[in-house]
Amino acid sequence: MREAFPLLIEACQIALVLFAAPLLAGWVRALKCWTQGRTSPGVLQPYRNLIKLFSKDIVLAHNASWVFRFTPYLLFGSVLMAGAIIPIISVDLPLSATADIIALVALFAIGRFFIALAGMDVGTAFGGMGSSREMMIASLAEPAVLMTTFTVSLFGHTTSLSEMVRFIGQQNFFLSPSMVFAAIAFVLTLLAETGRVPVDNPVTHLELTMIHEGMILEYSGRYLALVEWAGMMKLFIFTSLGVALFVPWGIPQGDDLMDIPLAVLIMAGKLALVAAGIVLAETGLAKMRIFRVPEFLGTAFLIATLGMLSHFILEM
Amino acid sequence: MTFTAQIINVLAACILLTSFGLLVQRRIYGLLRIFAWQGLFLSASTALVAYTAGMNHLYISAALTLTLKVVVLPYILYVLVNRLNIYRDVEPLVNIPATMLIGIVLVIFSYHLTAPIRELSTLVTRTTLAVALSTVLLGFLMMITRKKAVTQIIGFLALENGLFFAATSATYGMPLVIELGVALDILIAAFIFGIFIFQIRTTFDSLDLKEMEKLKEHEGA
Amino acid sequence: MIIVALFTVSLFSAVMLAIIGDRRLAAEINILASFATFVISLFLAVDVYHSGGMTAADNYFFVDAFNVYLVVLTTFVSTTTAVFSRNYMRFERAHGKVGHKGMRFYHAMFQMFIFAMLLALLTNNVGVLWISMELATLSTVLLVSLYRTPSSVEAAWKYFILCGVGIALALFGTILLYFASEKVVGEGTQGLLWTNLILVSDRLEPTILSLAFIFFVVGYGTKVGLVPLHNWLPDAHSEGPTPISAVLSGLLLNIALYALVRCKVLVNKAMGSNWAGEIMMGFGILSLIVASFSLLRQKDVKRMFAYSSIEHMGIATFAFGLGGPIATFGGLLHMLVHSLTKSSIFFTVGHAAQISGTQHIANIKGLIKANPLVGWGMVFGVIAITGMPPFGVFASEFLILTATMKYAPMLIPLFMLGIAVAFAALFRKMQTMVFGDPPEVRQEISAAHVPVFLHMALVLVLGLYFPQFLQRWFLDAVEILK
Repeated sequence: MREAFPLLIEACQIALVLFAAPLLAGWVRALKCWTQGRTSPGVLQPYRNLIKLFSKDIVLAHNASWVFRFTPYLLFGSVLMAGAIIPIISVDLPLSATADIIALVALFAIGRFFIALAGMDVGTAFGGMGSSREMMIASLAEPAVLMTTFTVSLFGHTTSLSEMVRFIGQQNFFLSPSMVFAAIAFVLTLLAETGRVPVDNPVTHLELTMIHEGMILEYSGRYLALVEWAGMMKLFIFTSLGVALFVPWGIPQGDDLMDIPLAVLIMAGKLALVAAGIVLAETGLAKMRIFRVPEFLGTAFLIATLGMLSHFILEM
Repeated sequence: MTFTAQIINVLAACILLTSFGLLVQRRIYGLLRIFAWQGLFLSASTALVAYTAGMNHLYISAALTLTLKVVVLPYILYVLVNRLNIYRDVEPLVNIPATMLIGIVLVIFSYHLTAPIRELSTLVTRTTLAVALSTVLLGFLMMITRKKAVTQIIGFLALENGLFFAATSATYGMPLVIELGVALDILIAAFIFGIFIFQIRTTFDSLDLKEMEKLKEHEGA
Repeated sequence: MIIVALFTVSLFSAVMLAIIGDRRLAAEINILASFATFVISLFLAVDVYHSGGMTAADNYFFVDAFNVYLVVLTTFVSTTTAVFSRNYMRFERAHGKVGHKGMRFYHAMFQMFIFAMLLALLTNNVGVLWISMELATLSTVLLVSLYRTPSSVEAAWKYFILCGVGIALALFGTILLYFASEKVVGEGTQGLLWTNLILVSDRLEPTILSLAFIFFVVGYGTKVGLVPLHNWLPDAHSEGPTPISAVLSGLLLNIALYALVRCKVLVNKAMGSNWAGEIMMGFGILSLIVASFSLLRQKDVKRMFAYSSIEHMGIATFAFGLGGPIATFGGLLHMLVHSLTKSSIFFTVGHAAQISGTQHIANIKGLIKANPLVGWGMVFGVIAITGMPPFGVFASEFLILTATMKYAPMLIPLFMLGIAVAFAALFRKMQTMVFGDPPEVRQEISAAHVPVFLHMALVLVLGLYFPQFLQRWFLDAVEILK
């Protein structure tokens, strides 16, 4: 029985990623409504949206190729795969050994590559515009993300996510400049990667400001549901990755099934707080002009690089 | 590492970050704000070192930094900028990424340069000396890349910040007499800078140092 | 006691001149104050001559054979410069180049500058040395821009920024030096005193000191005007009032070199090799070559002599770097005679520029006919500075050359080339200025001839006969700098 625990935990985690992601998205939206003094449709609204979309027919453009039809599944799959390897409710995940942090970044890159292709596939103006912008942001965000993850892996002496989180979780509370800087850089790239304000506005459908929404404008029905769901999971995964890397205390080190409920609770608390932070940032900031985005991400890259340098300079 | 040592390290990293911020910030108000932050980090870390090492004269140095670098000098510069009506100036910076890369190279260079000291020293702050030297060199870089008088002054003062930081991190500060003398010199220098800015303004009608390239070698003036 | 008096006089007169402002007697008071410091420094010199080096005021100050002669030189040249500047500045004032406030500022800062230099020379503390070097920059920087012309403001800005940055690096060197000495001598002021450092120099960590020396060379070397850190020097010399050019060139460069030499002795002892000296030799010879070739294409007379200063500081730096009794002796003598010659040249150049109303070499003509004493003063000055016998510069260059022949014969061609090119350039340009017919339009001036010819006489004497007391000082200094 005990041998099966890791598998069970893995299954729990995948289920959690699948079904808690809309909840997180709903929580963010609800919080945002409250901070802006509106009445929210409730935290469960994303589930209703998804159910509605799944039950609708798909409308496809005549010239849509296989890329367009294939992308939602690939996107969904790659994001779910990413969700399976990040230590969210336990450090001891069997699938975690299959991919390290660099592979994780690559997984997201594949998804993004295909969604950008799909955006251009039908040949509408907005899709192409969204794709080009998305790739610009991606090309700037990727180095910063990699730099951040390198800093953390230098700190943990490994690129394996589980090992990293285990190493950091075993330390007492500490303050190290490289981790502080990596955390700041991570937050900045998180905003860019998950398409939040100030880089992108997830609720807008205004032509000139759309980035992510522009690419998926042609999707409908089941496809749209998958893409939206993947987007919610991405937000969930990124926030829990940040939590796992920078405040891993509370994630169980062993493979005891009994720890899981508590771990889920702690995780939920942390995520709720992070989401509150994101909402505050989104409410307080205005979306920047697209030409300011390189500066924003350049700052993230600089901070991540300085974090890495200060690991060598100050902590050796 | 003790917790205070960790905080000192984080402050050192913040000083480094502000140096880079100075390098790439275009707006004058932004520069002044970053400069004041740098002074604040410097002062805080000096005070912390004073606390950990039990060196009382460092408190004076920290207080000196706080008054000079966080309050007095930014204020003087602020008044100057307002008086001269140049707060709207945005400096065209060519090639920020290249500047940043050079900056990063300078940081690595100073890390290597200070390696022998790190090995010999036993102080808590020995690792921050590399940051101090980088701050000096980055200030230097800022003075080279900037073409406006006010920004060059800020670069100069940031360079001085680096020196203060170096004194603290290498030796827990120079003897008090020296620190006071140095602070006095900096204050005088800042006033002279102020006078200068007015002189440049009245003789050139601009604070752009690009105007000041008459004394080239070939013309022989 | 005497040392304290020295400082008090210059500081007090700086304050007094600031209060008096642009009154009738300000220039005379300036002369008197400078003369008073000169007399006091003579007393100090006599004291040192009889009882050797000493420290004063609880080890804060110290005098030995090396710095005492520089103190006397500084006060002497500042006195003659004050005499010269009385006539010179009166002319400038009458022609509206300087205003009321400018004159007040000029006199006060002149004394302040002397104070800063004396402090730099006499302090026993490496940190105070740095502070006073910075003070010397600060007190002269606004004097360079005294005329408020665009080019003078630009020159002053350059001077300020380059020397400010340079000297900041010297402070970093000082911090490193303190870091090394703190381990041996202990914390506090004691760890920064030359007298202590010299005693423990062989126990100081060599790697740290070598690192520190790099910062010292770049820092104080900027002030010495070593190539490639010399950019500020020609501008500052050519754009400021001539008395300031004279003291910058004749005194400030010496003080900076003094600081560098002290550091070099320390570092060499710690490292047990002549590593620091070799660096200085490199900078010295580079400065000599670059400056002498730059002389060829100068069109501004003050700028040209500024390059000549770089050249001679290069020679002196080279000599101290070479080390050994003969070269060090030569270097000390070179500092002395260059300082005297160069300041007298600037005096005549200042008057020449006033007569012609321009600093442009092409427009200065027929000085001998226009004002024979000024003209001949320039002829003698150039003959002396190019190292012709029987003047003192010949003696010092000859000594340095002899030592080079012995220890670094490979460098002889470079050295000779530099001197020869400088000679050719200066001599050619001097001829067009002094001979021929003067232009019709020219200004009448009341020139101060005494300082010029006093300096020239001293340089001539030093070339022909070497006084006993100076010889003993120099030999003692050679011993100190070994």
